[in-house]
Amino acid sequence: MDGAGNQRVVTPEYMFFEAPRTRSYITGSEAANEAVRRANVDIAIAYPITPQSETMQQVGELYGEGYLKDYYRAEDEVGAFSAISGASRTGVRCLTASSGPGLMRGLEVIASWPGHRLPLVFLIMCRAINAPLSIQPDNLELGYMLLTGNIVLHAENQQDFFDYTLAGFVISEKCEVTLPVAVAVDGFFVTHARGWVEMPSAELKLPGRDGYSEAVPMIDNENPPIRIARDAPIQKSNFISYQMHAAWQQEVHAAQERARPWVARYLDELIEVTNPEAETMIVASGSAVSQSREALRRAEEMGTKLGLIKIKSLRPFPREELRQACRNAKHIIVPEFNCAGWLNREVRATLYGCADLHIADGPRVFGGITMPTEMILEWACPGKQGR
Amino acid sequence: MALRTLQVAPGFMRFMPKEYQDLVENGPFGRQVKLSDVGTFKEILEEHPMCEGCAMAFFIRLALMGLPNPEHTIMVGTAGCGRMALSQAAIPFVYGNYCDTNGVATGLKRGLAIRFPEQDKDVVVMAGDGGIADIGFSQVMHSWFRKEKFTTVMLDNEVYGNTGGQESGMTCRGTMVKMAPRGKQFDKIDMLGLARTAGVAYIARLTPANPSRVVSTIRKAVLVARKIGPSYVQVYTSCNIEYSIPADKVLDDARQVEKERYGYLEIVSEEAGAYLESVAAEGGEGR
Repeated sequence: MDGAGNQRVVTPEYMFFEAPRTRSYITGSEAANEAVRRANVDIAIAYPITPQSETMQQVGELYGEGYLKDYYRAEDEVGAFSAISGASRTGVRCLTASSGPGLMRGLEVIASWPGHRLPLVFLIMCRAINAPLSIQPDNLELGYMLLTGNIVLHAENQQDFFDYTLAGFVISEKCEVTLPVAVAVDGFFVTHARGWVEMPSAELKLPGRDGYSEAVPMIDNENPPIRIARDAPIQKSNFISYQMHAAWQQEVHAAQERARPWVARYLDELIEVTNPEAETMIVASGSAVSQSREALRRAEEMGTKLGLIKIKSLRPFPREELRQACRNAKHIIVPEFNCAGWLNREVRATLYGCADLHIADGPRVFGGITMPTEMILEWACPGKQGR
Repeated sequence: MALRTLQVAPGFMRFMPKEYQDLVENGPFGRQVKLSDVGTFKEILEEHPMCEGCAMAFFIRLALMGLPNPEHTIMVGTAGCGRMALSQAAIPFVYGNYCDTNGVATGLKRGLAIRFPEQDKDVVVMAGDGGIADIGFSQVMHSWFRKEKFTTVMLDNEVYGNTGGQESGMTCRGTMVKMAPRGKQFDKIDMLGLARTAGVAYIARLTPANPSRVVSTIRKAVLVARKIGPSYVQVYTSCNIEYSIPADKVLDDARQVEKERYGYLEIVSEEAGAYLESVAAEGGEGR
């Protein structure tokens, strides 16, 4: 079968902004899969782990239908992430995915992708890490991702998962970016639940990857090899090695910054603000945003207006946008689905010294349960939760 | 086509270092060089920071002469001594993370096959005994099980040389090295047997004692990987520092080890053998 052969290449601008869309009621896994179908992916490398498996086995079916040129099940996550790094070096469009413990297992490789300047999309279906073992949705793993140099987008729902995945390939391969893009969602709540997703026709696909116009050329023996991999060993202790590593890492973070306009363009800004004039603002990412939307509705019924700032992009982090959006706020809460409060730390670091406001150290749920709306209300309007 | 990557605009050629001009004009690219031609062509690897008398550096130099098409070859390595020479060579070298050689090589080979279906692009992993048999073991074995079409070369110096002489899985039983204070407690890992079990199409064991055999073995291994399936070459490269071999006795040691326990061995699948015969019949150097 030649699924891809029956598709028409369109520009990202047409795909994202102009193509007519129709609504489907599908799971998050299916939404990601539909994005991959339209993304002109060359190779996907999979390794099973709950709750990620469903998407990547569907991608395997796409390969069977001719939408991808290569696909296989790797020996483990380190093998999958290493191999996808090899494939990305050759200039083909690459996809891989994982969840919780699998992500942690492959972290050495994940943290080296940005330094090797490897465009690819990495789907993260969040799942609890640490012990005791749990397959439930808890997104502590994203706290580790924030330090790796990857672009990290956090989808709220099935629609986001479709849009961010498709946009991820385009952002990743922009010349001034040339970095991997991780697209995360909370497992089960999004991956295994259905929601309405508006999608352009499956007969459309993005243009293929053009490795010749990226910041660091691919290794194909058709153009001069200048990747860091070919440079003389830099691990010895001398000032050349310090300088090389420092310069290269600074450039990775500069590339993250240069991704901002593209993230803003294709994700419709890095944040979304509801009720910007409210004195109490909820700052959230992922499916905590959906729970917060319900809290806003309930609070309004009680006569209280709460604000909501949805963080779409964790890296680059929307620092200026957050400061602007919080300029009227007196009280901020940060609902999260993990015990460490990584988003809370980001918010505190961003707003420190910028405004006279109180930032609550929560609320948080962990271990995989969803956050009750009542809990958000208890933190947002103490004593007025209206039970 | 790939030779273009070496060439510079004609007007700039005279500003390039003599070494570079030599590589463009007399390199082994796009033609078959022989060991007996040494001195008449610019080698892919000449200067390197390896220790005086290093057998591994000598082997790598010979192995690079064996590549059938260096202009279309990508090398993959990992932490260890070998990569210090390989990263100085005049062909692309990928140095990724610990344990990842055969995963990275898998991705490279498959990606190149997608982009260049009509042009053979060879991928050769060259890493140490620690990189192949210890930390990289899983990826090596699985690349063989999957029948990935690239060559794996183990530079077996029977020790972690670059980190200062610790025991590896390929160290001989009873040997006293760092991290084996009472001598190694178990046998050298039988990677050749494991390669055979995994169905590797071409397997060879050798030492650098016979240079022309190094060149022809690498050539066969790369040709088989190109058309038939995975190939594995395991070479004793010693470590004259950790095993206290005088620099001028390194090849004597190689000859002695070859005689005692590291004799030349080839295990060739039926299909690989037939293919090499056909290459030889066409005038290539398959045999």
